[in-house]
Amino acid sequence: MKRAAWAGVLVLAVLLPFFFSSYRVSQFTLVLAYAVAALGLNLLVGYSGQISLGHGAFFALGAYTTAILVAKSGWPHLATIPVAAAICFAAGFAVGIPALRLHGLYLALVTLGLAVATPQLIKRFDGLTGGTQGLSAPPPAVPGFLDFLAADQWIYLLNLVVAVLMFVLAAGIVRGKVGRALVAVRDNQIAARTFGVDLARYKTRAFALSAAYAGVGGAMFAISIGFVAPESFGLALSFSFLAAIVVGGLATVSGAIFGALFIEFVPVYAADVNEALAAVIYGGVLIVFMYVLPTGVVGLLRRLGARVRPRKGEGGEHAGTRFERGTADAGDGAGERVRAKR
Amino acid sequence: MALLTLAMVLASGCGRSDDDAGVGGGGGAEAAPGITDTSIKLGGSYPFSGPASAYASIASGAKARFAAENAKGGIDGRKIEFLALDDGYEPQRAVTNARRLVEQEKVFALFNTLGTPNNLAIWDYANQQKVPHVYVATGASAWGADIAKHPYTTGWQPDYVSEAKGYAEFLKKEKPKAKVAVLYQNDGFGKDLLGGFEKAVEGSDIQIVARESYEVTDPTITSQMRKLGASGGDTFLNITTPKFSAQAIAAVAKSDWKPLHILNNVGASKKLVLEPVGLENAKDIVSMTYFKDPEDPQWADDPAMQEYKAGMKEHEPKADPLEAFCAYGWTAASTMIEALKAMKEPTREALMDAVRNMDIEIPMLLPGVKVTTTPDDGFPIQATQIMKFNGENWELQGEVIEAGT
Amino acid sequence: MERFVETVIDGIATGSIYGALALALVLIYRSTGIVNFAQGEMAMFSTFGAWALTQAGLPIGLAVLLTLAASLLGGMIIERALIRPVEGSPELTLVTVTLGLFILINGLARWIWGSQNRGFPSMFGDGNVTVAGVSTSLESLGLVAVLLGVVGVLWLVFQKTKLGLGMRAAAVNPAASRLVGIPVGRMLMFGWGLAAVCGALAGVLVAPRLFLDPGLMGPVIIYSFAAATLGGFDSPFGAVLGGWIIGVAEALAGGYVDFIGQDLKILVPLAVILSVLLVRPHGLFGSPEVARA
Repeated sequence: MKRAAWAGVLVLAVLLPFFFSSYRVSQFTLVLAYAVAALGLNLLVGYSGQISLGHGAFFALGAYTTAILVAKSGWPHLATIPVAAAICFAAGFAVGIPALRLHGLYLALVTLGLAVATPQLIKRFDGLTGGTQGLSAPPPAVPGFLDFLAADQWIYLLNLVVAVLMFVLAAGIVRGKVGRALVAVRDNQIAARTFGVDLARYKTRAFALSAAYAGVGGAMFAISIGFVAPESFGLALSFSFLAAIVVGGLATVSGAIFGALFIEFVPVYAADVNEALAAVIYGGVLIVFMYVLPTGVVGLLRRLGARVRPRKGEGGEHAGTRFERGTADAGDGAGERVRAKR
Repeated sequence: MALLTLAMVLASGCGRSDDDAGVGGGGGAEAAPGITDTSIKLGGSYPFSGPASAYASIASGAKARFAAENAKGGIDGRKIEFLALDDGYEPQRAVTNARRLVEQEKVFALFNTLGTPNNLAIWDYANQQKVPHVYVATGASAWGADIAKHPYTTGWQPDYVSEAKGYAEFLKKEKPKAKVAVLYQNDGFGKDLLGGFEKAVEGSDIQIVARESYEVTDPTITSQMRKLGASGGDTFLNITTPKFSAQAIAAVAKSDWKPLHILNNVGASKKLVLEPVGLENAKDIVSMTYFKDPEDPQWADDPAMQEYKAGMKEHEPKADPLEAFCAYGWTAASTMIEALKAMKEPTREALMDAVRNMDIEIPMLLPGVKVTTTPDDGFPIQATQIMKFNGENWELQGEVIEAGT
Repeated sequence: MERFVETVIDGIATGSIYGALALALVLIYRSTGIVNFAQGEMAMFSTFGAWALTQAGLPIGLAVLLTLAASLLGGMIIERALIRPVEGSPELTLVTVTLGLFILINGLARWIWGSQNRGFPSMFGDGNVTVAGVSTSLESLGLVAVLLGVVGVLWLVFQKTKLGLGMRAAAVNPAASRLVGIPVGRMLMFGWGLAAVCGALAGVLVAPRLFLDPGLMGPVIIYSFAAATLGGFDSPFGAVLGGWIIGVAEALAGGYVDFIGQDLKILVPLAVILSVLLVRPHGLFGSPEVARA
């Protein structure tokens, strides 16, 4: 069932650029970049339980890697993504090592410092980064054989491919040995150790992975916006990623998508309602989300889904479940029947 | 059910129009987007939220000016619609706003977007789409320096390099052997001004004996001021934004250092800077300006000033007309209106033609300061006038200095 | 040598700013166990309230007193209405709520009062005084004096009064405290209220020098976090001392160490946080966290 849902989302995502205006498509492209970054943060926070307020720093590192390689060395855009990922992986590892000694709010503080220092470091190395003038990296042009695509569609689809890859990878990680180890580490470090989980190894790996994801997200961001400057990578960015994973749902893969949609669209809508009150609305919505949906949107969906789906262990009486479903949603015959059987 | 959701989401997309299919054109004699017989649509991106939101008053001034023009019947019967979007001073939001304004709102031109990095983020896009990107609200010299590469972009205010030249000229006359200590904001604005000043004093007897920078994220600038005070400089070049201008003036007032104090235009507001510091501490500070100061009593009976204040009161009552930023926005919008009036055809090319061939006076600009452009001169205003604070108001000094070549 | 003394004195004056806000941070942590990222914005908001009162004609002293009272109330209301519903939630939820508060309060201040820079009167006047051959403002001295006074009062309250004991108990072990009859909810409320008062005090002491706009505390808070970390998150005196140490370190680094320069000064508090947390996480004066195996 879950796979059918994901397939549906994929189809939606592929068809999207052909049904929405170019402006909306460019917004969705940003959503993809933020979603990949949020995915990384979720790996760190949701799955391995380490709070980081400095995710924006790795995002910036990835974005600048791409921008510098494209603008100064003429690299093709997609080729820069693995480089960004590798550099950020190393950086995340480097941060993860001292982070082993810290936990909870102390880690949050140190990573907060990282986020605050990022714009300054970008400015300091202005020979490389362009400093406050920023760096322009023109987005990739549509290749000749695909010239029926508009520029915005092409960039969106490129980013979609990358995003899909990152999501599949994440799902694999989460379901596999690493994911289980991370959850064990998060829930009970002492027990995990007795089970033979090498805490240090997994925690630093979590940092490195999450940083790599942020780096890829940053690279996608640079590709789609075409310009990087220190003002884009301040504290607000790290806050946004945190908001994204909490709103979307901690320790979920799909949550990253909802979170990214939230942080891209809500500020814009809030500003449309009232420019001066936009921040108040955004902060207020965030707070309310914590009261109403502490497990995020995905948490809500799962709760709703649990009511629809027959419970495991119960015979799942055919008539009964169909009745349940009948009230819950209009139902599409074939899919539901398959589920009930299981 | 899933298919239904799918269909619903895609349907909400409202489809794509032909314009989205490729890079927008807009050249030639065909009717341009954003302009009809009864309306002209303009768009801009400002920091209405976030740390730079004090500058959003510029948008208020501009909106009021356009509304005042509409009240008079508009331009040839066309009413101006000005859409100002919030970007929180973040370049990526400026980019999304620009895309929204050009592709979804289909504005005729982008007007007066604020912030150097934000405009740098969108000027390639605007020029590619051949959308006029005019009178941007920043003094970076980049906007006029390379017309060939970005023909659709122009600045408006005297750029920071011209401003710096003005100060250099003033010093060469008043204090030819000055030893200058500089405080500057560590970003494009500060560096541009400092760089312009350094270049302008080359070859003269003026020396720069100390340079201290600060970040907008610094809580205080005490240590910078201490170092500058101890540098042996007899002149203080203060390149700061209002909050830090106030801190710097206060620091000088409290110390034993009494230099000739030159304050840049952005930090020269009586309301935002000098009053909080205490007017008596601001005596003899030198700055420059190019438009009429709403707080200056000498313009109280000036018809342009009266029109400005009345227009602000009527169309943007929540804004404060005494704020220099509002006057800035009003005056920039006036320039835009002149350009639209001078436009020979309702096309973007014609607008750029008008923008690049101007020689006019705008009522709210100082007498002697004109908006002049030619196809080779991409800097609309390069004239400034030195002013000195007499303890109560800014007093204009000398003549208008023309910094352009 | 004189320049060195001047730099150190500058550092202490600046460090007092960090310490003032750090006090409020420490208070909240000590009484509720939460780190409140919105503390600076709450302080800024209170300061604006005081400013509005002075604009209405009240003398500064009265305006400040009224503001402190209002902040006490405000802090209590925020705890009861906004924090209590998520009490006991995982750390991340609390962090997100305080971050949401940060954004909301900042936006609210901008909406109500605008983003323009404005002045704020000093409670100690504008005079200067010569200390150790160096000229300092009365206002800086006043700040230091008030800080030490507040630290003293807090010490008395926490160590010598039943209320203080109750607050400490409620923070450390709410369940057991309830069993002993301590009204935990009220203790938490009071903790927030007290912290809000400290924050407001910090704001009105600091605003004359920094000038008032909604960005008043934004740059300060990271330094205050560093100060609180250095001093120990549950030690008010540690917070103030931490602030001074960081202020002086930053002034010396900016003044004498050239490769750091003025633009990387921000690395100083970060380096402090990191080294303290790695070497001695409970800071100079804090109590060590003991985990039961």
